[in-house]
Amino acid sequence: MNNSVGIVQAQRATFDQPLTFKSGAVLPCYELWYETYGVLNADKSNAILICHALSGHHHVAGYYEDDTEDIGWWDNMVGPGKPIDTNKFFVVGLNNLGGCHGSTGPASIDPQTGKPYGASFPVVTVEDWVTSQARLAEQLGITQFAAVIGGSLGGMQAMQWALSYPDRVRHVLAIASAPHLTAQNIAFNDVARNAILTDPDFHGGDFYQHGVVPTRGLRLARMLGHITYLSDDAMADKFGRELRHGKLNFSYDIEFQIESYLRYQGDKFAAYFDANTYLLMTKALDYFDPARELGGNLNRAFAVAKAKFLVVSFTTDWRFAPERSREIVHALLHNKRDVSYAEITSAHGHDSFLMQDEQYVAVMRNYLNNVAAEGSL
Amino acid sequence: MNTSIIESRPDFAAIASWIPQGSSVLDLGCGDGSLLRYLRETREVRGYGVEINDKKIATCIANGVNVIQNDLDSGLADFEDASFDYVILSQTLQATRHTEALMKEIVRVGREGIISFPNFGYWKNRLQVMLGNMPVSKELPYQWYDTPNVHLCTLDDFEILCAHLDIRILGRQVMCGGHDVQVLPNLRGSTAVYRFEHAA
Repeated sequence: MNNSVGIVQAQRATFDQPLTFKSGAVLPCYELWYETYGVLNADKSNAILICHALSGHHHVAGYYEDDTEDIGWWDNMVGPGKPIDTNKFFVVGLNNLGGCHGSTGPASIDPQTGKPYGASFPVVTVEDWVTSQARLAEQLGITQFAAVIGGSLGGMQAMQWALSYPDRVRHVLAIASAPHLTAQNIAFNDVARNAILTDPDFHGGDFYQHGVVPTRGLRLARMLGHITYLSDDAMADKFGRELRHGKLNFSYDIEFQIESYLRYQGDKFAAYFDANTYLLMTKALDYFDPARELGGNLNRAFAVAKAKFLVVSFTTDWRFAPERSREIVHALLHNKRDVSYAEITSAHGHDSFLMQDEQYVAVMRNYLNNVAAEGSL
Repeated sequence: MNTSIIESRPDFAAIASWIPQGSSVLDLGCGDGSLLRYLRETREVRGYGVEINDKKIATCIANGVNVIQNDLDSGLADFEDASFDYVILSQTLQATRHTEALMKEIVRVGREGIISFPNFGYWKNRLQVMLGNMPVSKELPYQWYDTPNVHLCTLDDFEILCAHLDIRILGRQVMCGGHDVQVLPNLRGSTAVYRFEHAA
């Protein structure tokens, strides 16, 4: 726990002002869980928002007093002296609306019915999340973020900040992200969703009342996801064709190590993650497309952005490939915005954005040092 | 810092002298971004660098310079036609693989191009070849077996290529050891800086 922010506590913000979703659905009130690290300075100019990806949450860094093993998901990047330096910045991590780590989501009780929202929870978009994040910022007294940072689906939120609230974010760090998903990417998400939707324990999303969990569907969804987050080479390196028991058993039990790994990951995930949240997250990914309402013209979509951008991709990431990040860069260049782009050589596929890598760390550290310097932080 | 950059790289001084206040600049093979930083600090130039090397990318970012990680030999597809006032290629031409294609890209993306390169026709280089060895010098600090320079040329060679590509030369400054060379430049100059545009 070197350079850890140490013991942290989740906090809860409640909102009584109704939120109208992009779909038209309305949530009359809701809660967001969040954590903060570092100290908000007097002029409130040193705040950084961290947006999470599909399975993330508000516990970004540090650990809990009653569970020191529960370390935040980006602890290698966030902490005192780390690239997102909590000695300089006030860092906010939240669990997004529709999540399953405390913030109002499908498993929460709908005050109007006294039952879990389940299938009736609104389909949430990246834009909706950013709206809710902006309201959280207002509660915290933050009028402008020094930076909004996210990887993958989190990167989409970071970009959306520059489009929805151009004056409320100075820097956007979009890591391993894309301006929209490709057909192939949507296809992966749909297979994952189908695994959940066709699980007999899903009960159309209202499984809570039946006292069951669509574990099989969630497992399959996560197993598929994991395959796409790793690179072919990383899998070959880590597992190869290694057999668990050293010989072929001519059965359908776990034989290859990769099978063992995927099933373990699937089981672990299905034990804590909410199936409806998984569906919502993948839909938010599929729907994100800021160019859609502008005739597919991403250049026009980014015309409103004022923030400076750092765009980062990873060479072996085929789910959010470097070419997709280049599309973002291209649109920013077209609009003559400040942008730097780093393509990190990494073997770990899409998961690279969560890993420790010397060049990745150097790029992040150097960029954020300047963010701090320019704000005299 | 500003003066030391210009002192250590005389071609930078020539390049900078051609770039008016407030121009937009694309610096290809921008290294650690020191030229762009110098131009920003002294001329309020708005610009981007293109670089492939990981360490240099990180240094550019530390220098607060916009930098795009890309291989110049894969072209300038990220950049639109006439999107910059100046496209600079300093001491990099000789290390590019698709040199001819890159020259065309420079005049497509920039209103003008500015290129500096070591003159292979410099008399000391010629002398070393005459004496039987590939030249090694301050401008060409590599052995033949470890050099990244695959397309070395003389001033004459470069001007022939420009004519072939319908590129009009607008200015030329030839230097040796930081001094301007007027007489017999192809023989007496160790470094050349050219400013040019597409003729059509």
